Amino acid sequence: MPGTNVGGAVRLDLTGLDRMLAALTDDGYEVIGPTVDQGAIVHDSVRSVSDLPVGWTDQQEAGHYRLKRRSDRAVFGYVVGPQSWKKHLFPSRLRLWKASKQDGRLEVQTDEDTTPPRYAFIGVRSCEIHAMGIQDKVFTDGSLKDNDYVQRRNGAFIVGVNCTEPGGTCFCVSMNTGPKASSGYDLSITEVLQGEDHYFVVVSGSKRGTDLLARLPSAEATPKENREASHRVEAAASKMGRVLETDGIKEMLYANYDHPQWDDIASRCLSCTNCTMVCPTCFCSTVEDVTDLAGTEAEHLRTWDSCFNLDFSYVQGGSVRSTGRSRYRQWMTHKLATWIDQFGTSGCVGCGRCIAWCPVGIDITEEADAIRNAGPQSQSAGTKRNEVTK
Amino acid sequence: MTRSLHRVLGSHPFFEGLPERHLEILVGCASNRVYYGGDVILRQGDDATEFFLIRHGRVAIEIPSPGGPRTIQSLGPGEVMGWSWMAKPYRDRFDARATELSRVIALDGKCLRDKFESDHELAYELLRRFVGVIAGRLDNAHLQLQDLYGSASDGR
Amino acid sequence: MAADMGPAATLPLPYVVTRRRRELRGTYTLELEPASGEGGVSPAPGQFNMLYAFGSGEVPISVSGLASDGTALVHTIRDVGPVTKALCGLKVGETVGLRGPFGTSWPVDSIEGNDVVIVAGGLGLAPLRPAIRQVLEHRQNFGRVVLLYGTRTPEDILFRAELQRWRGRFDLDVEVTVDSADSSWSGDVGVVTRLISREQFDPLNTVALVCGPEIMIRFAAQELENKGVATEDIYVSLERNMKCAVGFCGHCQFGSFFVCKDGPVFSYDRIKRLAGISEV
Repeated sequence: MPGTNVGGAVRLDLTGLDRMLAALTDDGYEVIGPTVDQGAIVHDSVRSVSDLPVGWTDQQEAGHYRLKRRSDRAVFGYVVGPQSWKKHLFPSRLRLWKASKQDGRLEVQTDEDTTPPRYAFIGVRSCEIHAMGIQDKVFTDGSLKDNDYVQRRNGAFIVGVNCTEPGGTCFCVSMNTGPKASSGYDLSITEVLQGEDHYFVVVSGSKRGTDLLARLPSAEATPKENREASHRVEAAASKMGRVLETDGIKEMLYANYDHPQWDDIASRCLSCTNCTMVCPTCFCSTVEDVTDLAGTEAEHLRTWDSCFNLDFSYVQGGSVRSTGRSRYRQWMTHKLATWIDQFGTSGCVGCGRCIAWCPVGIDITEEADAIRNAGPQSQSAGTKRNEVTK
Repeated sequence: MTRSLHRVLGSHPFFEGLPERHLEILVGCASNRVYYGGDVILRQGDDATEFFLIRHGRVAIEIPSPGGPRTIQSLGPGEVMGWSWMAKPYRDRFDARATELSRVIALDGKCLRDKFESDHELAYELLRRFVGVIAGRLDNAHLQLQDLYGSASDGR
Repeated sequence: MAADMGPAATLPLPYVVTRRRRELRGTYTLELEPASGEGGVSPAPGQFNMLYAFGSGEVPISVSGLASDGTALVHTIRDVGPVTKALCGLKVGETVGLRGPFGTSWPVDSIEGNDVVIVAGGLGLAPLRPAIRQVLEHRQNFGRVVLLYGTRTPEDILFRAELQRWRGRFDLDVEVTVDSADSSWSGDVGVVTRLISREQFDPLNTVALVCGPEIMIRFAAQELENKGVATEDIYVSLERNMKCAVGFCGHCQFGSFFVCKDGPVFSYDRIKRLAGISEV
C-alpha cells in the first residue's frame, strides 16, 4: 500500500502528463481515466491528455448533473461522475466458479487462468482513495479476503488528483476525506492554471511512483508553485457547499429508528437503487446461476445488488424490510452508523454522488440534519408528505 | 370434604389473594369431579353453567367439523376452563373433552352469576381474574393463528 | 492483515449423498460425505453450510447432525423454493456442492453445570438437534434438561422417533405441543410459549437455547425472561437471506451484525433491542 510522500514535489507540464499516461501504457497497465461520454464523466481507457475531459466541468446539485464547458482548458476541472473505481475493483459482474455435472457427479472449478488486468487509475480524488480504503476493510480485513479484489487492488497504480474546486454536492471536509489526499496514492497531482501558465504539481507516494516520475520531463517544484497548488486545495476545502455533522452520528441514528423523518423520506424515495450504484463504498452483491442449454455446464456469477431491492432481505415468509421506509433507513443507517461498528470508519466519504444522482434529490446531509435537529415529536409529523420536491 | 375443597381452592394460583369470605362462597359452589379419557365435559350450544379448575390430566377444546373435531387448545393442570357462563347468551361455544383421566373442581357458574348481582365485590374479584386468563388465551391464540412454522412448498 | 481462510470457504467441494430420508412432507434429511473420500469438516452444533445445487444456486442449511462415525454431514432441508427443491430431489449417489462450515455455534461446552431448556419451533428443531445430542452425550455435566417443542400439527412433528426415544429417558423432560390437531391427537394443543410458562426454572442456573420462526423466538425469549432467565443466558439462532456466507454480500445484515459471521447463534442480550424494532 503506497505510503505518504516520497521525495519532494515536481512540476509537470501538459507534455509531462501525456508522457505519464504513455509510460503507464508502455509498462503494461490498463490505463483508466475520466472521459466525456453521453453527457457525463465516465471511466474509460485513456492514452493521452486529449482523452481526458479537458475544458469540462460538472454542475451538480440534488437530482441534477450536467457537464458544462469551462472558460479555460483545465484537465481535471470537474469532481466525480456517476462511476467510481469500484467499477474495476469490484466489477458489477464476476464469475465465481464454473461447475459441470456428468452422470450425477459434480465438479467445480474457479477461473484459475483468468487474472484480472493491472490497472492504472488516473484522476482519483481524495474521497475516492478513502472509498477504496473503506472497501479494502470490507474485502480484506476480515477472516477471509476476496482474492479477486486483492489482485485488482494490489496491482492498481493510483494517480490521484487533489480537488481545487468542490463539486456542487460534495462534503468531503465533513467526512475528513479531502480535498487533499494525504496517502493511498502512487502519484498525486494538483493542477494549477495561472494566466498562461498551466502546470501540475506532483508528489509521489510510493517507490513505483517515484520511479515513474523519474522517467518524465519534470523540474523540482518551486516554493511558489507549491504554494499555488496548496492554496487552491485549501480554497476548495473552504468552499464546501454542504456539511454533514458527524458528531455522535452513530448514537443518534441508533436512537432514532422510529423517527418520523423516515416516513417523510419514504414518501419521496423511489427505491430506484441509483444511490447504491453510484456510491463508491456500497458493496452489496447477489449471485446468479446460469446453465448452458444442455444442462451440463453452469456458472455461478456475482453481480451488484442493492439493499433497496425488495427481495434483498427475503426469508421464508417474506422480506424482512418490506417497506420502502425500512429500506431507506437501512441504507442510511448502515452508511453512517452501523458501518462504524462493522469496519471502524464511516461508510460515507462525502463525494455527493447519491445526492446528485437521486432522481428526486434526496440529500443525505439534509436527512441526517432533520433527524438530529427535529426531535421525534408527534407521529403525525409529515408536513412534506404530499409535496413533490423539485 | 368441604375443608379439603377449601384448602385446594385456597391454594390454587387462580384464586391467590381472594378474600376469605369470597372463598367460602366458592367452596359452597364447588365439587370435585373425575372425568375419564373420552368423556365430554362441555358441549357446544349447551347452557353454560359451570367453569372448571383442572387439577390433573388434560382437556381438549374442540370445534366440531366434517372429518372429525379439530382441537384448538388443550388445557392441563393449573389451568382454568370455561367463561361462557359469565356473558350472554350463556352458551358453551366449543366442546370440551377429557383426553385422559382428568380431575377437576367444577364450580357452579349459574349460582355465582346470581350472586354477582348483589355481591359486586365478589363479581369484581372473579371477573378480573378471568380477564387475565382470557387475555393470555387470546394472545396465544393469535400466535397459533399465524401459521408460524409454515410448511413445505409454500413457494416464493 | 487477516489470514486467508482459503478456498474451502469460497469454492464448493463435491459431496456425495450417502443417505436420504423423508422426514415429513417436503422435508428431507441428506447425509453427505466428501466425494474425494478425504477431508471433510467438523461443524459445531448451530453452524451451517452453503449447499450448492448444480445450476440452481446455493442456500444456507444448518447442520442437523453428525453421522455416528463423525464423517458424514447431516442436513435437514425443507422444499420451499427452486434450490431447496433441487436439493430435496437428490438421490443417493448424486453429488452436491458444499462450502463451510460457517457461523457461530450453540455454546454447549461453556454452559456445563447449568439446567438447559431447549425451545424449538417447527423446523427449528433441526439446528438444535446436534446441540441436544451433545448435551445428552455429556449428560452428567448438566442439571435438569428440558426440551419444549412446538409445531403446526402432529403430522409436522420432526424427528418423531428420536423425540420419542428422548422422551423415554429418565433424565430428560420432553414436552410437545401443536397449533392444531384432530381428535386422534391426545397430546397438548397450544402455542409453544405456553410450555415455557408452565415450567419452573432456577433463574440463577438456567440457560436456554431457542430456535424457530422469529416471532416465536421473540415471544419465547419474553416468556423465559418472565421466568427469570437472564437475557445473556438465552441463546437464539437467527435466519437471514445469505448469498455468500462470509460477510461480503451484505444480505444477512441485522443492525451492525452479519448473521453469517456474528451469528446465526446470538445471546439474546446482544440482539434484544434490535429484535424489538420492526423491519430492521
